[in-house]
Amino acid sequence: MSAAIEFREVSFALPQGRRLLERVSLAVDEGTTTVVLGRSGSGKTTLLRTVNRMVEATSGTVLVGGTDVRQADLVRLRRGIGYVIQETGLFPHMTAERDVGLVLEAEKTPKANRLRRSHELLAAVGLDPEQFSRRYPHQLSGGQRQRVGLARALAADPPVLLMDEPFGALDPLTRAEMQDMLGRLLRQLRKTVLLVTHDLDEALLLGDRIVLLDQGRVVAHLEPEAFLQSRETAVMEYVRAFHRGERRAAEEQR
Amino acid sequence: MSGFLSRYGGEIGILTLEHLWLTGAAMLWATAIAVPAGVWLTRRPRWAKPVIGVANVLQTIPSLAMFGFLLPLPWLGERAARVAIVALTAYALLPVLRNTYAGIEGIDPSLLSVARALGLTGAQRFFKVELPLAASFILAGLRTATVTCVGIATIAAAVGAGGLGELIFRGVASIDNRLILAGAIPAALLALAVDGALGLLERWFRIPAAKAAP
Repeated sequence: MSAAIEFREVSFALPQGRRLLERVSLAVDEGTTTVVLGRSGSGKTTLLRTVNRMVEATSGTVLVGGTDVRQADLVRLRRGIGYVIQETGLFPHMTAERDVGLVLEAEKTPKANRLRRSHELLAAVGLDPEQFSRRYPHQLSGGQRQRVGLARALAADPPVLLMDEPFGALDPLTRAEMQDMLGRLLRQLRKTVLLVTHDLDEALLLGDRIVLLDQGRVVAHLEPEAFLQSRETAVMEYVRAFHRGERRAAEEQR
Repeated sequence: MSGFLSRYGGEIGILTLEHLWLTGAAMLWATAIAVPAGVWLTRRPRWAKPVIGVANVLQTIPSLAMFGFLLPLPWLGERAARVAIVALTAYALLPVLRNTYAGIEGIDPSLLSVARALGLTGAQRFFKVELPLAASFILAGLRTATVTCVGIATIAAAVGAGGLGELIFRGVASIDNRLILAGAIPAALLALAVDGALGLLERWFRIPAAKAAP
């Protein structure tokens, strides 16, 4: 299997000198999902954004499909990478069907084809096109909006998907539904996915591999089983902290 | 009363058209200048303060003085309508400029960032995202400017540019309230009509509240 996304010694520092990424080296195999975990400020989102060059790495190289992203044409690169973010990602002046087909619109795909593709994708993410294609974001619930956002990321059939806390703003029940839906969809589509979250359950459910980032450094890069059993201090701390909330909830229910 | 109307009705009609022409031409100029300028300022924010400041100063010049200043200028002064249109354009610049700038500046930066991440080119981001999201703001500026211009255009009669102000000035000179009203009422109605029509247009382009999820 070849790596669809590869980070080679990638560092990123803010102009004021604060270092957000510290020599990150990592490969994401084609057709697999890698979940990046870490506390707020650990550099997860920054790492993700170096892939579509929303952030330019200060040093090191990011490769997508074997090509250095700095050598790639920016517009082409970005159209070939699906991008999903938490909330606010949908354009308030666009209907779901237009928003989903926006990349195709930018590519000057004929309208009929565009709409056909939009409706197909809305159906794929569990939204009946009859009912939802003409709705604006404010006419959709949070979960429905995230589904539209996901459909949009898939519109141009990009080999790579970047997801930045895609379900972070959702209530636990909706989040669980969305995670199941995404899991099914990813198994079917075989995309290469880099997903950022701080939700350990999400990482275990969706990830073929889990990366733990701490202060811009990769402290673990493991399969889910191995991640849970890791003796690495940072990993154990993260797992313990995450489960503490769950235990307390379980105790309160009793 | 009916005698008055039959005597002046035709003239009121012509002067109303003249009034509309002065205002409309000025608004076209103001839009053509201030909308691109407002957009440009969002790309060069350092210039925003000084440029909007200049437009602000233009706005504070008393209108009668403005017409007077422009009258002696070479090409401009040859035709009173030219003077009127330039002066009205100057007054219309500020609201249009300010609203265009504020409308685009006010767009949620995360939306622009998404537009970039989706691979939209600069022109596509502008026409598909920025302009539609700022449209109702820009139209609100046009509306304010147009209503202001309809009012100020009555002063244009002072330099002989015509318009409904002519009846008002004549009424003042001959102490004839009927003549003053014959100019003032259509001018007021015109302002209301323009305000209503542009208000509808503005509402048409308004973006439904993003947060008001059902």
